Amino acid sequence: MRPPRRYKESPSQTAGPYVHIGCTPNFVGVQGIYSADLGAGPDADLGGALQGADVPGERITIAGQICDGAGELITDAMVESWQADAQGRYPTAGASFSGWARQACDLTTGVFTFRTIKPGCIQTSGGPQSPHISIWIVARGINLGLHTRIYFADEDNSADPVLAAIDPMRRQTLIASQRGDAYVFNVRLQGENETVFFDL
Amino acid sequence: MSDHASRLLDRDYSGQPEALTPAYKSSRLRAPCQPLLRLPETVRDVTGPVFGHDKLGELDANLVINAAAPNQSALGPRILVHGCVLDENGKGVPGALLEVWQANAGGRYRHKNDGYLAPLDPNFAGCGRTVTDAQGRYQFFTIQPGAYPWPNHVNAWRPMHIHFSVFGHAFAQRLITQMYFEGDPLIALCPIVQTVKDPQSIDQLIAKLDMGRAVSMDHLAYRFDLVLRGRQSTLFENRPEGN
Repeated sequence: MRPPRRYKESPSQTAGPYVHIGCTPNFVGVQGIYSADLGAGPDADLGGALQGADVPGERITIAGQICDGAGELITDAMVESWQADAQGRYPTAGASFSGWARQACDLTTGVFTFRTIKPGCIQTSGGPQSPHISIWIVARGINLGLHTRIYFADEDNSADPVLAAIDPMRRQTLIASQRGDAYVFNVRLQGENETVFFDL
Repeated sequence: MSDHASRLLDRDYSGQPEALTPAYKSSRLRAPCQPLLRLPETVRDVTGPVFGHDKLGELDANLVINAAAPNQSALGPRILVHGCVLDENGKGVPGALLEVWQANAGGRYRHKNDGYLAPLDPNFAGCGRTVTDAQGRYQFFTIQPGAYPWPNHVNAWRPMHIHFSVFGHAFAQRLITQMYFEGDPLIALCPIVQTVKDPQSIDQLIAKLDMGRAVSMDHLAYRFDLVLRGRQSTLFENRPEGN
């Protein structure tokens, strides 16, 4: 039997166009308050570093852009990621690999870039899951943060239980393709080729 | 198994905004058309990043002085904002990272994309952060932000508000919201507030004046509690093995 809810979850409100001030202040020139933006890279404070020199695993770069329903690039979004390490384990407090990162989209090009290690397969009670990175997107005009996943085109994704639950026509929206040294993962919020978003 | 890894309750959407809310214009091209795909609870993200108190700067939760010159402080009504982060089960959430951002007392953000004619305050940046204590409590010291106009429709004004970003213990609990101030008549006119249809849920976003925490000749206080998604079981139940 499930416990009754005593309280209701606080309603979400849009992150708005100035999310950077609170979450990535150095990125928009609000400097001297925090020593570094949380989740920005190996030098970030608060354990935001995705990869330290001693973290085992394949170094990868994932770059992408986000488009709206008119095909316009979104330049005011913020993207966060959460992932397992190369052995498929989610990091716990104090681990050298934090598993979490945060990127503001470029204010002109809209590009976000994650430099991380490739996650391993994850064993869950729902079955083995292919390597993937969980993604959360907020921006002006997004009332409730959007959850999606990045999978990799060069992995065997045939048995993944999440991909299996998606209409085959839409599965490819979650699969990053290799282009040169980087993976490309573009997001379409609305309309043709709309990215699959989850109710987690 | 710790409660950090026990399963989350299904999300209760009755208090949440729809994606497409045409009165809030920016949602029109940014709302997905397709319904969210429900994932089985066995594959949800029940873990998430952990943040420590020890890494926070001394002034991170004091917006009145964290960007001010020595012996100076931000302009505006001085306020304490405090409350608890709870989950739907009513349990305090310790170790939750809260990040806040806001306009200054004139309604202007320190952001290159904000061109409102109200001036910047050289002693105010508008960002702060803290981590909840063992009971889930938090507090910020700041100034009351001003209302400001925005281009959603003719004569559209945002009520006074402070943005909150909240991390619980699970990535699936991630939440960004806004705190409003009790008695502000602009709340009822704001299409962003009104993306939430349930009046009781809107009330959850309105901080209440708290004279018990106000300090005479110094500052007023507002109480604002936040609720994150709950779990199917907690350590307080007699099932240490979890579900």
